[in-house]
Amino acid sequence: MVEATCVVRVLEQHEFQRWILNGEVRAARLALGGFGTEELRVEVDDFVNVADVEGELQALGRACLLFRYLSICLLRVSSCLHEPAMIGLMRTRYSEDEVAVRDAFFDFFANECPTTTVRAAAKGTGFDPALWSSLAAMGAPGMALPESLGGAGAALTDLAVVADVAGAHLAPVPLIEHAVTTRALARAGGHDGLVAELGEGSTLATLALRPPTGDTARLVPAGAVADVILHHRNGVTSINRGNAPGIKLPNTADLPLAHRVISDATAIDLDSDGWNRTVDEWRALMAVAYVGLAKRAIEIGVAYTKERIQFGVLIGTFQALQHGFADAATSVEGAHLLAQRAIWALETDQPGASRLAGMALLYAAESARFAADRSVQYHGGYGFSEEYDIQLYHRHATAWILQLGDPAAEYARLADAEFGPVKGAA
Amino acid sequence: MDFSFPPEVEAFRTEVKAFLADNFDESMLDVTHDGTMHVPELHAALAAEGWLAGPVPKELGGGGRTALESIVLNEEMQLARAPIDAMGVTVITAAILMEHGSDHLKETVVPALLNGEALTSFGYTEPESGSDVAAAATKAVRDGDEWVINGAKMWTTMAHIADYVILLTRTDPNVPKHKGLTFFLVPFDTPGIEIQPVPTMATERSNATFYDDVRLSDDWRVGEVNGGWAVMKTALKYERGVAGGQFMSPPVIDAGIDWATNQERADGTRPIDDPAVRERLIRAQIDVEVCRGFAYHCADLANEGAMFGVEGSMTKLFASETFKRHCREIHDMMGAEGLLTLESPEAHHGGLIEEALRHSPVTAIYGGTSEINRNMVAEGFLGLPRAR
Repeated sequence: MVEATCVVRVLEQHEFQRWILNGEVRAARLALGGFGTEELRVEVDDFVNVADVEGELQALGRACLLFRYLSICLLRVSSCLHEPAMIGLMRTRYSEDEVAVRDAFFDFFANECPTTTVRAAAKGTGFDPALWSSLAAMGAPGMALPESLGGAGAALTDLAVVADVAGAHLAPVPLIEHAVTTRALARAGGHDGLVAELGEGSTLATLALRPPTGDTARLVPAGAVADVILHHRNGVTSINRGNAPGIKLPNTADLPLAHRVISDATAIDLDSDGWNRTVDEWRALMAVAYVGLAKRAIEIGVAYTKERIQFGVLIGTFQALQHGFADAATSVEGAHLLAQRAIWALETDQPGASRLAGMALLYAAESARFAADRSVQYHGGYGFSEEYDIQLYHRHATAWILQLGDPAAEYARLADAEFGPVKGAA
Repeated sequence: MDFSFPPEVEAFRTEVKAFLADNFDESMLDVTHDGTMHVPELHAALAAEGWLAGPVPKELGGGGRTALESIVLNEEMQLARAPIDAMGVTVITAAILMEHGSDHLKETVVPALLNGEALTSFGYTEPESGSDVAAAATKAVRDGDEWVINGAKMWTTMAHIADYVILLTRTDPNVPKHKGLTFFLVPFDTPGIEIQPVPTMATERSNATFYDDVRLSDDWRVGEVNGGWAVMKTALKYERGVAGGQFMSPPVIDAGIDWATNQERADGTRPIDDPAVRERLIRAQIDVEVCRGFAYHCADLANEGAMFGVEGSMTKLFASETFKRHCREIHDMMGAEGLLTLESPEAHHGGLIEEALRHSPVTAIYGGTSEINRNMVAEGFLGLPRAR
């Protein structure tokens, strides 16, 4: 089993920034490659540059995917630096460390997950195993797990940074489902071995967002690829493991949706509050992913209108288009601030965290759908053609939230919490 | 990311809440029903706390309050439905004068503004120049030691109760429009000024002001001759901390929820039991949280000393457009009952919702129309080519 532990002391934040900025990280990753199979213990303050790190690792006789190593280090730096500041800072932008993590993962997805990858996955199960392996090698599946369970001990706020860029690239990997399910198992306790496996990403987990009917959970997110599935019914959360993944059913965005039989499930120690917390994490992370999607959809549309000439001028000079984009960009920026606030509220156990998570998902989904709609529209006929990427964004924007159900039901759920139940209703 | 306020700002919020509980209640809003958006007792109390001087930097003689404290004061006042107009005008004008005014203005006018004795008004907009504010045509011509001003200003709100107007004039018509502007602070008791009321579709009144051979000494000039655009930038810089509007919706939504919860319909159900009503209200609550995100984001940027333009545009655009929608939808929800105005003894919540509905259109117009803000976002944020 892959077990990598980094001990990080006296970190010079600017060193990491410099590596990332210089593109050395990418180069080093290619040079090193592969997994370590033993514990890796590195005193980072000894190193001044990537070459030294590489030399040291080789001297230790351990191959390591430097990307994973660096990601974990960056997350540690991030949490170290933020610790004293967690009480009352009002930082509404990514910190320098979060930007560094974001850039590292953005670079990763830009290289490993172009839209050709998304299209190829869509033809199969909607999942790209190679992309998942690479992402696992970077430590993403276990980054927001406690260190005692083999995770990187990073915060939900850090995981959100990855969800943002994964969303922007429509990454065909169930990172969010896997991460929240694993965190749920970690909270429930008694599944340390499995949690460690999930943290490594060698086993895939997901959750049935809606209660099963009879023995079947219908259209489970990642149901076509996950080994482990969590579901909740009548106050009881249960786990299934060992059942073969279901058959992916062709769908709007070719997500790995499949029915799952849950008849031989085992109850775990996660009550309704624990389950709700899990789904709230899914909502908030999905909101962040939606923001990533929406920003990219606008970028694609804006780029197109700066190239396309009609009536002898760039169509991007038309105010009708500009104002549509401006409304979309404003809405998406608002969605970003709300989604990030929801993530922060969950991470720090704020009283209104669940409310914000529900609101963030609904608002981000609506913003992303609006942004994708505007971008398709401003592409004209090409926006409708399969060849252009913008239609992929439209399809994903439509699909993601529906895995949870009709948005109207989500509004109703929030309304019940806000205004009390409907009079006369059961 | 961290969306919590520092403890000292939270303490300030507690202080503001207590202050508002002691110094303001909704009955004082009756004062505004003559159309003037001003509560003198509240203004005096704010001055006594030193809060009018709050956002002005200490080195300029102000209170040196941070942008986070300013947004908290602003938020709490709006949530309590306390008018913030006079506070905003006072703070911005005082800041302009401290940065660009003559010693005479700094020594005489600024203290009077900050201690609440004097009020000012804005004189930027003209009958022929609204969004194109740099096209101002009101003329100021030098005559020996004096300036002679001729022209007209629109939307000089509060002019009829104010002592001064901060006036944008044209001093050189032969250069590009931004380069021929000069600001003056004009006392309203100067001969040659006429103030005419401009009634509006809302209950509030505004004014048109006319300047006919108004003679001023050079002491009243603010900033360099033909340096008016630099002064304008100062005005915009301070608006970020004090300009309101991010929290206009909550009092209207709260009144709407209260109404929908306490009405009983013929079939025994309440409006709040209607799924369509519930979805409208919860969507409005979501918009409020989005707005809060924008407000805190701008305060965070200002606090770090960053100049923001496009973030302010997004905030203004979002806040005013959603406020209009909230007013419309909540007013609709009340049906015929919602039509009753504040003059009607039967109006719900003193006609608050109906009045907000009639007020709401102007919020997407004043201080930069939604269209101007969309242009700013398209050009400044998305990098789209200039459209006009």
